[in-house]
Amino acid sequence: MSRDPNSSKRNIIEARNVFKSFGDLEVLKDVSLDIAKQETMVIVGPSGSGKSTLIRCFNLLEGIQSGEIRFEGNIIKNIDKDAWKRREEIGMVFQNFELFGHLTVLDNITLAPIVVKGLDKKDAQQKGMALLEKVKIPEKATAFPIELSGGQQQRVAIARSLAMEPKLMLYDEPTSALDPEMVKGVLEVIQQLSQEGMTSVVVTHEMGFARNVADRMVFMDHGRIQENSTADKFFNGQVSDRTRVFLDQILIH
Amino acid sequence: MDALTLIIDYLFSEMYLRAAGMTLLLTVVAMFFGMLAGLVIAVIQETGNKQLNYIVTTYIWFFRGTPALFQIIFIYNVLPEFGINLSSFMSGALALALHEGAYVSEIMRAGLQSVGKGQRNAARSVGMKEWQVMRHIILPQAIRVIIPPIGNQFIGMLKLSALVSVVAVEELLLVANQAASSNFLYLEALTAAGIYYLVFTTIFMYIQGHIEHWANGGYRPKTLVENAPDTKLIGRTEAR
Repeated sequence: MSRDPNSSKRNIIEARNVFKSFGDLEVLKDVSLDIAKQETMVIVGPSGSGKSTLIRCFNLLEGIQSGEIRFEGNIIKNIDKDAWKRREEIGMVFQNFELFGHLTVLDNITLAPIVVKGLDKKDAQQKGMALLEKVKIPEKATAFPIELSGGQQQRVAIARSLAMEPKLMLYDEPTSALDPEMVKGVLEVIQQLSQEGMTSVVVTHEMGFARNVADRMVFMDHGRIQENSTADKFFNGQVSDRTRVFLDQILIH
Repeated sequence: MDALTLIIDYLFSEMYLRAAGMTLLLTVVAMFFGMLAGLVIAVIQETGNKQLNYIVTTYIWFFRGTPALFQIIFIYNVLPEFGINLSSFMSGALALALHEGAYVSEIMRAGLQSVGKGQRNAARSVGMKEWQVMRHIILPQAIRVIIPPIGNQFIGMLKLSALVSVVAVEELLLVANQAASSNFLYLEALTAAGIYYLVFTTIFMYIQGHIEHWANGGYRPKTLVENAPDTKLIGRTEAR
């Protein structure tokens, strides 16, 4: 596929004809997708549609079989010894938070800046505290993850990613494991970051949130992108029949 | 001389002290190399090289499938036929270490696996290299899982070490038995040995408790920044 040489100035991620399978199971089929800098993209779709796998390919937690994914114009196809260099620049927030259980909240945040970036411990801690202010739980700095609610853990997880000063944030169903009353606080943090210009890709089922933050909506099903349009079009109902069926299903709940 | 006096005499006799030292030395040496072997095996099993895995599986199969006593006698009596001459202490320690390695490997593996894929991926996602993930995320948490069963193994090894009396290592049981057969005062001789075993076991349990406490974060890492709000008291109370 031809490629506009200037496109990587505009786009932080450019995926072209990406195929991926786990054994016999094809999870991504010919996926092509651009993510513009400072854009917030929300990816929706039924479970098993490949949306989580897709964003895990962006930061090389998964490799791909064919096609290419460019990050800032540079191709990295498979997981190799240098994979960490790309991951360093892309933050990821997981469905189950995945905080480091043996470390305090502040240590969870400062570990990577210290051991990966070689930041001075004091500086890392000061920055960590500022991030905790940002996600609105500075009082939990010395708590251990097990002492926090799910919503608090997820906010710490966001701060942990931000500490590496990523150019792109990936959120993999960030509120799916949360009690309903915890969801709002986490979404507010994501929305605030998005409004500050953080390029974000959010896999979620929260359509109200998507409507608030998304610049671009992507609908995936059976490993393919079925719909990729601006949020305005998407929420004004200018979508394919397949997408509409899905939307009707999840909007009923 | 009444029994109590004789027991006390035995306890502080050079013969017993030396034997107790031998028992302790055997235990520590066998556990050290057993843990080393176990860790190597666990890492091999984790990395999944096929040929190495095959060797390792055979090793575990053999050393878990035969009695420790058999292994001790085998190493002491059969290796010389292949030109490998080990002292009785070396034979005993080697057999016990190899025996232990087979069991410890399972403990180590459980420890490494206790840290889920999720945390490993989270660590990778912030840019850590594989060895950093192992060093900063997996090992510190695996240790907590490993310590209690390793403590048990230590205590088990202390008692298992009595088996090497069969190849004439002068450890507690052999010495107690010799003392008793010289004057037929079994109660006194064996009681003295039993006391040593119980004292060692008690000390091991005490040490284990301390290590567990340390590994479980009985200490609080120093993370507070001077200008941070006073967070020492908050956070403890609001557990989910």
